[in-house]
Amino acid sequence: MPKTLFEKIWDAHVVSHPPNSPAVLYVDLHLVHEVTSPQAFTELRQRGIKARRPLQTIATMDHSTPTTPRGADGLIPVTDAMAVTQLKTLVDNCNDHGIPVFELGTEKQGIVHVIGPELGLTQPGMTIVCGDSHTSTHGAFGALAFGIGTSEVAHVLATQTLLQNKPSTYEIRVDGQLQEGVTAKDIILAVIANIGIGGGTGHVFEYTGSAIRSLSMEARMTICNMSIEGGARAGLIAPDETTFDYIQGRPHAPQGADWDKAVAYWRTLPSDEGAIYDKQLILDANTLAPMITYGTNPGMGMSITERVPDPKQISDNSQKMALDKALAYMDLQPGQPLLGHKVDVVFVGSCTNSRISDLRQAAEMIKGHRVAEGVRMLVVPGSQTVKRQAEAEGLHKVFVEAGAEWREAGCSMCIAMNGDQLQPGQYAVSTSNRNFEGRQGRGGRTFLASPLTAVASAINGVVTDPRTMVAERAYEVSPA
Amino acid sequence: MEPLKPFSASLVPLPIENIDTDQIIPARYLKVTDKNSLAEGCFTDWRQDPDFVLNNPRYQNGHILVAGHNFGCGSSREHAPWALKAYGFRAVISTYFADIFRNNSLKNGLLPIVVDAETHQALLDLAEEAPEAEIHIDLASQTVTLPNGQKASFPIDPFSKTCLLEGIDELGYLMKQTPEIEAFEVSHPARVQTLQS
Repeated sequence: MPKTLFEKIWDAHVVSHPPNSPAVLYVDLHLVHEVTSPQAFTELRQRGIKARRPLQTIATMDHSTPTTPRGADGLIPVTDAMAVTQLKTLVDNCNDHGIPVFELGTEKQGIVHVIGPELGLTQPGMTIVCGDSHTSTHGAFGALAFGIGTSEVAHVLATQTLLQNKPSTYEIRVDGQLQEGVTAKDIILAVIANIGIGGGTGHVFEYTGSAIRSLSMEARMTICNMSIEGGARAGLIAPDETTFDYIQGRPHAPQGADWDKAVAYWRTLPSDEGAIYDKQLILDANTLAPMITYGTNPGMGMSITERVPDPKQISDNSQKMALDKALAYMDLQPGQPLLGHKVDVVFVGSCTNSRISDLRQAAEMIKGHRVAEGVRMLVVPGSQTVKRQAEAEGLHKVFVEAGAEWREAGCSMCIAMNGDQLQPGQYAVSTSNRNFEGRQGRGGRTFLASPLTAVASAINGVVTDPRTMVAERAYEVSPA
Repeated sequence: MEPLKPFSASLVPLPIENIDTDQIIPARYLKVTDKNSLAEGCFTDWRQDPDFVLNNPRYQNGHILVAGHNFGCGSSREHAPWALKAYGFRAVISTYFADIFRNNSLKNGLLPIVVDAETHQALLDLAEEAPEAEIHIDLASQTVTLPNGQKASFPIDPFSKTCLLEGIDELGYLMKQTPEIEAFEVSHPARVQTLQS
């Protein structure tokens, strides 16, 4: 029987499946960070258990770490006493169990979902888990990757396995070609606006279609990253030449004969002709516009030229209440356009959009412009590796000359637990993944959008359709 | 884990859909390294509003949260069920739960109970009309019983049910799978990657 990509990976990792129990699923790679692991290590310590496969585990620091510039000693200062304890706890735990850990500010440190792929740890056909819902990012490589809770972090540390019920499958096919100024971020925001924030619950997405195939690996990561915002724990894209080219030569990529063997296996992974998905959504990339959210969950999104919806036009009472509440929090009126709405902060970063291609796009757009008076713009690279690369290309100078802040690597303003946050009442255009109430700081209001939309809005000080800027640039360079 | 016995408790109505884990426990409370100090952070931003249900004296004794559709979406933080438990909740009733929250709750003895829209509304009505009224939850028979005798059944996977009823801890169960795990690793050598390569 023809199998989907998901089914092939699942079947290859079932250790056992006792009757009336979930499957015992083998985990190839376990990523760990400081926030969701301490209680799991405590559990192991209390039971006198050591990590089963410490070298299939890797830890980094990203969530509670400041992104402020280094001091004269070359170190990133951490002033929050609880964060200091949490970071030290991670190092102690990793040392106890022989788990490699990338400490704050060191060469390979960065956001957990940025460093896995850039080090070549993330490979097709793997199972990858982390105590973080955006683990779905790694699905861009054709790996089954999903977020787990801290109890499950302990399960994986102790046994390298998880108890899992098999999810259903959901094909999201995007055919066609994106217009200039429309990006992968707009595809995924459109998908979530379409199915709603719980539309994929119980399912694993597989993104297919010509628009997906033509995306770079980093753009594919942006899409898979936000699968969880559509309710799906995992989102996959079949591996292809783009995937292999990205992995080859990275520090942990297979080499020599192992590489050939690996690629031969990876080529067997894509869904078979005729494989059946439990659900399907089809989108046309040709008609997609830049997307923006107006509400307090990522499903409350629309084309940037549309107007804020009216709760009165919603028949379902609980949906109507949710929209009323969201608009009250956002201080927006039904029927209001977002284009031209004032912006206080622009955040370019997070595991969704902090990779080198995101920063190149942002720099390209802001070059020759300035961040508008009264707007604060932060550019936060996803990892130390991304930061070094951007600096080698001179991107940091472009940002600083335009009046933006160039920061150290981390989750930063996506999660507001590290000093980077909005003030109450402020509006941000953010390239991150969540616009929940208070997500970017208590009382802060988030419009989720692509890096292009974020930068265009920073330049004008109001929400701006990046296509108008793209057109302007094209005009500037066209011959007279 | 303690075996989960049948219990009765009164309700706290919170019929808002898509309540995410950032509302249940904001990220700034996640800098802890234990599980015990999270009650203060539970719905803390919403509790700033004097009209919020947890500030309503009528619901001070409620231990069962009746929440809107798709409860617990967003972040995977297990701090969410830890915080709800620390605050005093023993079960959450909704028409739909986000996957990771449901898994995390089951592992902490916080029952995520899915009911149909009709039962959900009946529970909300009950909470409105008689805040002190208690409903009875029996996991063994998978039923919720209202004071008027109305019963509703709820689904739960057989494994989680057994674990909760018998107090079986999942890590202990998985550790017993060690021979199978060892055999799998031997037969799938490529799976055992080392980061030193």
